[in-house]
Amino acid sequence: MKQQIQFTEIDGGPRFYSLLGFIGLFVLAGLAAAFYMEHNGHYVTGMTNQIVWGTPHVFAVFLIVAASGALNVASISSVFGKVPYKPLARLSGLLAIALLVGGLMVLVLDLGRPDRLIVAMTKYNFKSIFAWNIFLYTGFMVIVGVYLWMMMERRMNRFTRMSGLFAFIWRLILTTGTGSIFGFLVARQAYDSALMAPMFVIMSFSFGLAIFILVLMAAYKWSDRPLGDAILYRLKNLLGVFIASVLYFVMVYHLTNLYITENHGIERFILLDGGIYTQLFWIVQVLIGSLLPLALLYLPSTGKSRGWIGISCALVILGGLAQMYIIIIGGQAYPLEMFPGKEVSSSFFDGIVNSYSPSLPEVVLGIGGVAIALAAVVVGIRVLRFLPVSLADELVDPHYSTDKAIA
Amino acid sequence: MTDNAQTDTSRRRFLGGAATAAAGLIAPGVLLHEVAQARPADQPVTSAVRWGMLVDTSKCANGCTDCVDACAEEHGLTGHGRPETDAQWIRKVNLRDKQTGYTQTLPLLCQHCEHPPCVDVCPTGASFKRADGIVLVDKHICIGCRYCMMACPYKARSFIHETLDDQLPDAPRGKGTVESCTFCVHRVDEGEQPACVEACTGENHNALVFGDMNDPASEISRQLKQYNSRQIRADLELNTGVRYRGI
Amino acid sequence: MSNLMTRSGLLALLALAILWVPTLVRAGDSLLPVVPEAQRRVSEAQGCVEPTADMRRNHMKYLLHQRDETVHEGIRTKQFSLEECIDCHVSSAPDAPRVSSEQHFCNSCHTYAAVNIDCFECHADRPLPDSGKRSMAPITTPDHLQTDVHPVALSSGNDQQLATESNNHD
Repeated sequence: MKQQIQFTEIDGGPRFYSLLGFIGLFVLAGLAAAFYMEHNGHYVTGMTNQIVWGTPHVFAVFLIVAASGALNVASISSVFGKVPYKPLARLSGLLAIALLVGGLMVLVLDLGRPDRLIVAMTKYNFKSIFAWNIFLYTGFMVIVGVYLWMMMERRMNRFTRMSGLFAFIWRLILTTGTGSIFGFLVARQAYDSALMAPMFVIMSFSFGLAIFILVLMAAYKWSDRPLGDAILYRLKNLLGVFIASVLYFVMVYHLTNLYITENHGIERFILLDGGIYTQLFWIVQVLIGSLLPLALLYLPSTGKSRGWIGISCALVILGGLAQMYIIIIGGQAYPLEMFPGKEVSSSFFDGIVNSYSPSLPEVVLGIGGVAIALAAVVVGIRVLRFLPVSLADELVDPHYSTDKAIA
Repeated sequence: MTDNAQTDTSRRRFLGGAATAAAGLIAPGVLLHEVAQARPADQPVTSAVRWGMLVDTSKCANGCTDCVDACAEEHGLTGHGRPETDAQWIRKVNLRDKQTGYTQTLPLLCQHCEHPPCVDVCPTGASFKRADGIVLVDKHICIGCRYCMMACPYKARSFIHETLDDQLPDAPRGKGTVESCTFCVHRVDEGEQPACVEACTGENHNALVFGDMNDPASEISRQLKQYNSRQIRADLELNTGVRYRGI
Repeated sequence: MSNLMTRSGLLALLALAILWVPTLVRAGDSLLPVVPEAQRRVSEAQGCVEPTADMRRNHMKYLLHQRDETVHEGIRTKQFSLEECIDCHVSSAPDAPRVSSEQHFCNSCHTYAAVNIDCFECHADRPLPDSGKRSMAPITTPDHLQTDVHPVALSSGNDQQLATESNNHD
């Protein structure tokens, strides 16, 4: 008879407070950067009339996409009924909300008029996917909150499956909406594609799970709780599948564009002579961010090592940030094609590749968003019972038996 | 049919009188139609009018920036020495054909599309199209998200990157909001021409024609009917209000 | 030491602090805002386009309604146009106070009421000097833009009268 999984809060103490304080410093720095940008105006950043969305948006969209992906683990347990994932569902929900809050903070603090947030929440143009996203994001927080409640209160456990299903469908729509921010734009060659939405969905699977694994490993290590290999290996194998899926979508996206002569300009730019964007694509996104983690996760020598698993997750996150950078900033750097077949020049930087370099306030703001998300998780697992006391194999693994041959 | 000595002229007089009366009714209308461009201030705009501009690129001289300068002066668009973040509502674009080497220049401004992508994507509805076709930013509800700038196929919009304190009364603009060419809506509402058109005509270049595209008698409608003209990025089917001859 | 930190000790300290604040008021301080006078009056009887008490209460409503009508529908009636307000209420002299100072017409009341105004992030807070630029509003409005009232040039003897008037209307 398997023991029941027990959930308790983590202990407080000096380790907890020093970690929270450390993260808190980055939160404060991020808020200071936001104030600096808002007070002086955006000319103090690297964003211009040519590159209108910069590093804050890279971080914000990454966090929002990862947020919906972080809920995957809970969905696998509630919607698809996989029992070994059930103990992780609470942490998954917490992480999802935390990442979304972090991403939204960055987005809102970067607005030209953040004091008009009330306007954004009361006046809607429903033809805009942005307007829909406002509902999708806030609704996500409410729905996952309810889902967590169903999971954490014994009397409500019978509603877990239904609320989990609802949350799963909602997060798919949310990520579709996020991808459509770009997919709906006819103006730029890098966007304007129906592939954007599903590609973002699959990216969310990959990034969200990578972050989840890292948070899981860190939480268990630093609270001295046992984390068995069984559940960890399931997660890392799943991550490999998601990485490969993202690679597939990226391949289809580029192959299709390569076939369409009209889009050869942007393809040449990203894949060949775009300077930093080309380097980011091949070296960081594809090599370090996809192929290398795939190898590390599946090779027998490294795939069983916690250290290498952690490194693989970090590489996936790095590759994901690079992918966002290429999509958001690379897509704007390439000039608009207004006059095909003509060389274009003007005083407003038409016809040339637009230059951009991330400025310190932007980077600090982005990192501040990450810090807010992490701080929310740290506080959450201290205050409420999100974390199982033990995820050792004997508790989690359905195939566990005491006379297993030692490998 | 009978003798012409005593023709019944009552019908003729009636017809003559009716014709005079009809002419008398119509004539003031024809005259007033020109004046009616200056709509009374308390009347809302309607879609009976659609403002448009026709650019004759053959009359557009290389190096001439009269339209750009006039716009900057009209709206107080002072630069801050930072060309990458300074606002530009209209700019001169120089083209050179890669194959043939043919060069030309033209002014590029907000195209005031009938189906503006910037209006579609604005989350608050601050980017909107007025009934008479002018695409504007309601800066009272603009939150500065810059999504419209991402969406514009002509890169017509600018974001204000710094605090301003010397705005002109007719051109309110402020930090953190997005702006673009308004077809000089404050002038158009008074029955005048946009500053760029006025400057170009005033210097006798006559490359810009502005008027009501819904009125078949207006100068722009006549020219559009007479000469071939194109929209930039016509394949997007946005039905722009700005058309170009010679591209 | 511990006596100071008792609850009653702290309460006494708080009461003293509250009673001390009014002592900061010096003789001659007016507790009401000093509102600068306008460049013109609408008539002898009425200073602004609506009676002063009405404007004090409702000017924000008129402006907010007007701005939507102007921006979205192109209705440019002069009565509640912000540009016209500024024309009358703010001087165009180069050394005239800007909206950042308390001597600016709008800010004189708004700092007193502690209500932040957003208008002048974008709008000009002073009219253009009489250099003939088209956007300077004429003192006599064209026929089709007339409201019921005609602006009247201010005579010099009314300066004091206006200042006391505005203070007495509460």
